[in-house]
Amino acid sequence: MTPLLEIDNLRVSFPTTQGRIEVVKGVSFTLGRERLGIVGESGSGKSMTGRAILRLIRSPGEVTAERMMFDGTDLLSRSERAMRPLRGARMSMIMQDPKFSLNPVMTVGAQIAEAVRAHETVPRRALANRVREMLEAVRINDPDRVARMYPHEVSGGMGQRVMIAMMLIPRPDLLIADEPTSALDVSVQAQVLDLIDELIVNNGMGLLLISHDLNLVARYCDRILVMNSGEVVESCAAADLHAATHPYTRGLLAAIPKINETRDVLPVLDRSAWSGT
Amino acid sequence: MSARDWLLDESPNSRMQANAGRFYRMGLALLRNPLAVLGALIILLLIATAVFAPWIAPESPVGQMLDRRLLPPSSANWMGTDELGRDIFSRVVYGARITLMIVALVAIIAAPLGLIIGAVAGYFGGWVDKLLMGFTDIFLSMPKLILALAFVAALGPGIENAIIAIAITAWPAYARIARAETITFRSSEFISAVKLVGASDARIIGLHVVPLCMSSMIVRVTLDMAGIILTAAGLGFLGLGAQPPLPEWGAMISRGRVFILDQWWVATMPGFAIILVSLGFCFLGDGLRDVLDPKQAGKS
Amino acid sequence: MTAISLKSLTISYGGIPAVHDVSLEIGDGESFALVGESGSGKSTVLRAIAGLAPEWSGEISVLGAPRGHGPDRAFARTCQMVFQDPYGSLHPRKTVDSVLSEPLVVHGISERSGRVSEALEMVGLGQEFRFRFPHQLSGGQRQRVAIARALMLKPRIMLLDEPTSALDVSVQAEILNLLKRLRRDQGLTYLMVTHNLPVVAFMCDRMAVMNAGRVVETAPSSALRTGDFSDPYARHLYAASGGDEIAPKDGQ
Repeated sequence: MTPLLEIDNLRVSFPTTQGRIEVVKGVSFTLGRERLGIVGESGSGKSMTGRAILRLIRSPGEVTAERMMFDGTDLLSRSERAMRPLRGARMSMIMQDPKFSLNPVMTVGAQIAEAVRAHETVPRRALANRVREMLEAVRINDPDRVARMYPHEVSGGMGQRVMIAMMLIPRPDLLIADEPTSALDVSVQAQVLDLIDELIVNNGMGLLLISHDLNLVARYCDRILVMNSGEVVESCAAADLHAATHPYTRGLLAAIPKINETRDVLPVLDRSAWSGT
Repeated sequence: MSARDWLLDESPNSRMQANAGRFYRMGLALLRNPLAVLGALIILLLIATAVFAPWIAPESPVGQMLDRRLLPPSSANWMGTDELGRDIFSRVVYGARITLMIVALVAIIAAPLGLIIGAVAGYFGGWVDKLLMGFTDIFLSMPKLILALAFVAALGPGIENAIIAIAITAWPAYARIARAETITFRSSEFISAVKLVGASDARIIGLHVVPLCMSSMIVRVTLDMAGIILTAAGLGFLGLGAQPPLPEWGAMISRGRVFILDQWWVATMPGFAIILVSLGFCFLGDGLRDVLDPKQAGKS
Repeated sequence: MTAISLKSLTISYGGIPAVHDVSLEIGDGESFALVGESGSGKSTVLRAIAGLAPEWSGEISVLGAPRGHGPDRAFARTCQMVFQDPYGSLHPRKTVDSVLSEPLVVHGISERSGRVSEALEMVGLGQEFRFRFPHQLSGGQRQRVAIARALMLKPRIMLLDEPTSALDVSVQAEILNLLKRLRRDQGLTYLMVTHNLPVVAFMCDRMAVMNAGRVVETAPSSALRTGDFSDPYARHLYAASGGDEIAPKDGQ
């Protein structure tokens, strides 16, 4: 079976006054119908990787790759026009903050319905039912009432659930979630991630979870890629993260305070310990 | 170490070097924009013309020679002569002084006034804001030229009164901008931090708020210069600005209007000067906006 | 002696109460955490103590002296604050040098140059950073500058508002180590607001858990090792922050 997503030697660069700077330097991976996590700190290129897959990098940014295949079709050679039916319908993306991703003057229900209508024609009655089902699937208790609300009337956690509903209702094959819970409180984070997890597994989708939080990614993914300054420095099964070998990964793991912390000083990343940066 | 390295040093050794470096980088950014460079060149040309007018102009701007009235442009009189036989080129050159003076004085009066009123209103908010902005809105609600006309009519015609009238009509727009800018960062953490140190409100407004409004103010003033020149010209045209025989461009057009069908150059030449200088300020303002825009400031 | 004492403190924003009836005693030299999620009112308490949220009733006293409702100069010398967002807490047009000199100028303190370079050294920044603008600094370096600014007047109490939540984990570790070292070296009292319980476990002696504008539980931070919380919300927060993975659930 061909993998859902095949990326080989992906590079993203931006022009600066000092010439072009590569923010993603040759990233390669394959993704089946599984959950893959990309972890890294700010500036590691993890978000740019996610955006490059959806071809959301705007000029003057430049994307090159040897191969970028999604379910047997080549993403690189597609025109902007040919990308549109793919985006949303077959590959979706959840962004960090629902506040900026939802249209403030459209009701939640209308926005979710719009996500379907952009890709297929569905009779109005069936559409309303599908929106209600989707809202129920993201565990919104009173779907009819919430569907009539405007984005500013819903809380952060509910807003993010609405986003998930919007992204999953066209039944995509691949979901890219870029820091889906960083704007949420800890007690809501787990609910939202459990929900994404459940929907992914039940629908047999592929998930690319992009986050700065090692523990979170380890908990919700099957495999993990650790990125640092545009390169993948470590690739391992999530269960083996704590046996990571690269000094950067080990340094990151050690630098996180634990809830049962007894250390007096946190070990600090020694950035000279590995080459490349 | 060359001067360039000194200016672009990532870790400067003094406050002076740091600021010089900042301005140098802005200058470099401005130079990358061809239209801004063109605008700056036009403004420089205007300033040079104003400063060196007696050396550039072949004749006196007021010397009448009634035997060569209304001559078309020629090698002797590049822009022709007017109804009193004065060399139009010389008058346009001397007119640069008046234009520059109007522009500079209006900027010196209106911009700081608007800046302070806007910053105070935005910083304090509440009833101070309501009062100051209510006052500002009264001025804003009246058409600029009509308001300026009313002031000139009350103060009496003349170039000084025209400048005062234009300044009075120009400041409310600056107050609005300064207030809007101030509101965006009045509750920001760096202002809170200075408050916690115990700095007085006057100090916070003067040293922390105003410098941040400066860049959008400079851009706006530069872009407004064209409008100010046109308003001054308009007042001159209506006979309420500069009085004869002062070679003010607007007044010159007004005089040339009578002969516009037969002796087109009398009105057209000062008109070209107005268009050129207005364009220069617009180009420069656009370029400055790209360089000074506060939203660009975070990027290195 | 108590460093900060709050008695039935109620704080409003625009007439709407955000914090209800909070009473706390924070000892001199203690590191105390106010923990809660967004909207719990934890930052509001900090802002009221600092003088940035003047609509409060009740009693605030700092080092035994009752606190007024606005910022004041004498208070500035005993108590300073570090803010959350390293990108918003430094004036974008001022060099590190003028940011650090400002408190000294306001209080008429001489020998500015010496004290600025001393402060830079204290927070682990080289002298080459002295005349840089904020946009030439990384997030961690900016937060170091913000900490140095708070230390310029040699205060005894530091209010820390989520000082590391906007930073990467590797940088967070550096800043937490720095804050811990500074407290030890200078005998500072910390009142820290955070939503991150592991940070509390590393940094603080005691904590108060806030929910919906009220303190629901006060506990020593050793409770984070054992999961020894009695309030249901505090237990929920603890479990969501990773406590469910380490603590045996025998306390239920």
